[in-house]
Amino acid sequence: MDSLLQKLLPMQPLASVEGRANDTLMYLIHGLILVLFVGWAVYFITVLIKFRQRKGVKAREVPVAHKISTSVEWTVAFLELLLLFAFSIPFWAVHQASIPKGKNILTIKVVAQQFAWNIHYAGPDGRFGHTSARFLNDNPLGLDPSDPDGKDDITTMNEIYLPVNKPVIFDLTSKDVIHSFGIPAMRVKQDVIPGMVTHVWFTPDKIGQYEVACSQLCGPGHYRMRGIIHVVSQADFDQWIQQNKGIHD
Amino acid sequence: MGGSPNSASHHESFIRKYIFSTDHKVIAIQYLFLSLFFLLFGFLLMLLMRWQLAYPGQPVPFNFIGKLFGQNSMPGGVMLPEFYNQLGAMHGTIMVFLGVVPLGFAVFGNYLIPLQIGARDMAFPRLNMFSYWSFFAGGMLMLSSFFWPGGPASNGWTSYAPLSDIAHDGQTIWLFSMFIIIVSSLLSSLNFIVTIFNLRAPGMTFERLPFFIWAQLVTSFLLLLAFPPLEGAAFLQLCDRLLGTSFFLPSGLFVNGQVYNVSGGGNALLWQHLFWFLGHPEVYVLILPALGIVTEIIANNTRKNISGFNMMRVSVIFLGFLSFVVWSHHMYLTGMGTDITAFFQLTTMIISIPSIIIVSALFITLWGGSIRFTTPMIFALAFLPMFGIGGLTGLPLGLAATDIPLHDTYYVIGHFHYVVAPGVILGLFAGIYYWFPKATGRKMNDLLGHLHFWPTLITMNFVFFPMLIQGLMGVNRRLYDGGETYLFMHKVLYWNVVISWAAWVLALAQLPFIFNFFYSMFKGEKVHSDNPWESTTLEWATPTPPPHGNFTKQLTVYRDPYSYSLEGAPKDYSPQYQEEI
Repeated sequence: MDSLLQKLLPMQPLASVEGRANDTLMYLIHGLILVLFVGWAVYFITVLIKFRQRKGVKAREVPVAHKISTSVEWTVAFLELLLLFAFSIPFWAVHQASIPKGKNILTIKVVAQQFAWNIHYAGPDGRFGHTSARFLNDNPLGLDPSDPDGKDDITTMNEIYLPVNKPVIFDLTSKDVIHSFGIPAMRVKQDVIPGMVTHVWFTPDKIGQYEVACSQLCGPGHYRMRGIIHVVSQADFDQWIQQNKGIHD
Repeated sequence: MGGSPNSASHHESFIRKYIFSTDHKVIAIQYLFLSLFFLLFGFLLMLLMRWQLAYPGQPVPFNFIGKLFGQNSMPGGVMLPEFYNQLGAMHGTIMVFLGVVPLGFAVFGNYLIPLQIGARDMAFPRLNMFSYWSFFAGGMLMLSSFFWPGGPASNGWTSYAPLSDIAHDGQTIWLFSMFIIIVSSLLSSLNFIVTIFNLRAPGMTFERLPFFIWAQLVTSFLLLLAFPPLEGAAFLQLCDRLLGTSFFLPSGLFVNGQVYNVSGGGNALLWQHLFWFLGHPEVYVLILPALGIVTEIIANNTRKNISGFNMMRVSVIFLGFLSFVVWSHHMYLTGMGTDITAFFQLTTMIISIPSIIIVSALFITLWGGSIRFTTPMIFALAFLPMFGIGGLTGLPLGLAATDIPLHDTYYVIGHFHYVVAPGVILGLFAGIYYWFPKATGRKMNDLLGHLHFWPTLITMNFVFFPMLIQGLMGVNRRLYDGGETYLFMHKVLYWNVVISWAAWVLALAQLPFIFNFFYSMFKGEKVHSDNPWESTTLEWATPTPPPHGNFTKQLTVYRDPYSYSLEGAPKDYSPQYQEEI
């Protein structure tokens, strides 16, 4: 079933738990589109042939057509509202507008700039070092060198490591202009706006490499503002954290 | 076109008659030439961009193009990223604000509103002339930005802050130019509204107004109420850029390796709200005139009343109101909460209903008709399914959940181009073919019309349908290299070549139109009647072409606009202006 749908409606291979519900809605709504378009197309071609101009045949009003049309309109309205209330609003409430809470969640801070993603891990102690604009000239995230919490933090540029099957929250902000943090394989995308912190979260469920694509025009280097996500096993992830703690690239 | 000798009912100098004219028809034709020029110009910009998308980093095959734009834009014929962004911003701005909107609203509105309601001219003819000349000035200013140091604006047609706030000088020109164009639109819309309310011929009640007039009336109100916020926003952005304010600049910006020296405290999202408060009604400003034109042509060529005409009028008014409360569906990914997105998703789903009712009414009108496949009619008919694809692909974008993967991808580009290009632009072509005989006394050639229509329809689908596929696969818009940087996009990048070639063939397909347009103006088959399509509305009651002052005598209106094939009538059309059926 999935592979057939994949052929009809090509999308990136899915690599997150939450994306499945989104794909279901995508298939349903394109199913509705297809049915409506094919229905209208069949009707359209039929009338163009049936009611072409012919000698001695006058145009006339056909009231029954109105009734059929009205019921089609009501059906469409009903289906749209169904997709809205049964899928889209709940999906948004659960996956986009709220953030999961609990211990078993990884939080990563991202500070975007023209044209790179600065990634900030809290390190083994789980506490982020203090950052301030005063230190932006010294390091791209503005980490305060005197804050002990920051000693074991890991910062990278464009490289993100994630453990598989563990929810991850990204706290996103920007230093300069608006960017957008889009990961097609995870079915997430979120604008990254200077002066604001926005969030995005998902649970990666397949080991592999994925790409982050800046999705909001941010200047001449927008097209190459690319991040890499490495989804690895929990053991590999723990090892990566240990090896890289305190390293600021 | 306006230059037939019998239009001189009184003596005017050449300049008063053709340049600084107050005659709504001459002004319409001035708008026509200018907006068609801008449409072609905006299209050519995209043809150049399509080279870079299909063959990233390769020099364009014609040396003179590289030389024309110079070392700072296309060294060695290879487009630079900044220049790509400039072309993109100018393509969008020119097509929307200087091409399609003036063609649909100003050209057809100016030409037809007084004629279809039975008026001698617009309510404010001098203001009308001023509208045209301020449009001309704004348009020329926009074009001039290609010659400024640093080149034109490069921040998309949406000019999102802070990128636009901190951009080079081309953005300042963009803002001044938009400011002037908006003044022009506001004056036109005011003029149209007053004209429709006050200058209708005796008997032309609101119930008897053709749908085209309803569409123009709603469009005018949209422009009048939605443009001022963008005018204000443009002014605020000018202050940010020129006077050091920070309406759209938050505190603590750090640009290009240094602290950005402004007071801060502004809000980057404020621009988006102000922009889309215009931006969404603007979509209906693009659509409604074409919908009006298509309705006139379908009624005339099915020889039938429009089915559900009353529902269509109610729908278009409802649509007008609703278009003011859907703007944030362009901003779902700015960090909105559930309640706000639920509201804008609901209004977006609701606004699809009147659109579906209007399109359904046109589909139902075909049932039982006696369909003549004239050249304007084939364009009008093609509008329906093409606009249909555009509307339907709006649904997954209107639902916030499915918008997440599709936002800012080629799916969006495919969606709105289906609405505007094979939709609206085909509708506008239909209008040109349909009213050409009234404006010139000559018909456009049908064979050339078909040579224009079929390749245009086919290539447009090869341009825009693959974009939907690319978008589903996550290919983002506004990428200088067409997506080469990203491995996950590679599977669908071969479409870039297909799309580009289709676009270039689409350009060739416009040659029959351009030739037909000028050839038929002077050499086309003459029409022998003032009403060659055997239509019912008032514009066909004028002499051909209509003189200054339009009508030879005061008309009275006796019946509904689409009185075709009435029971007991000797002919299959009963004009509004004739007492006997």
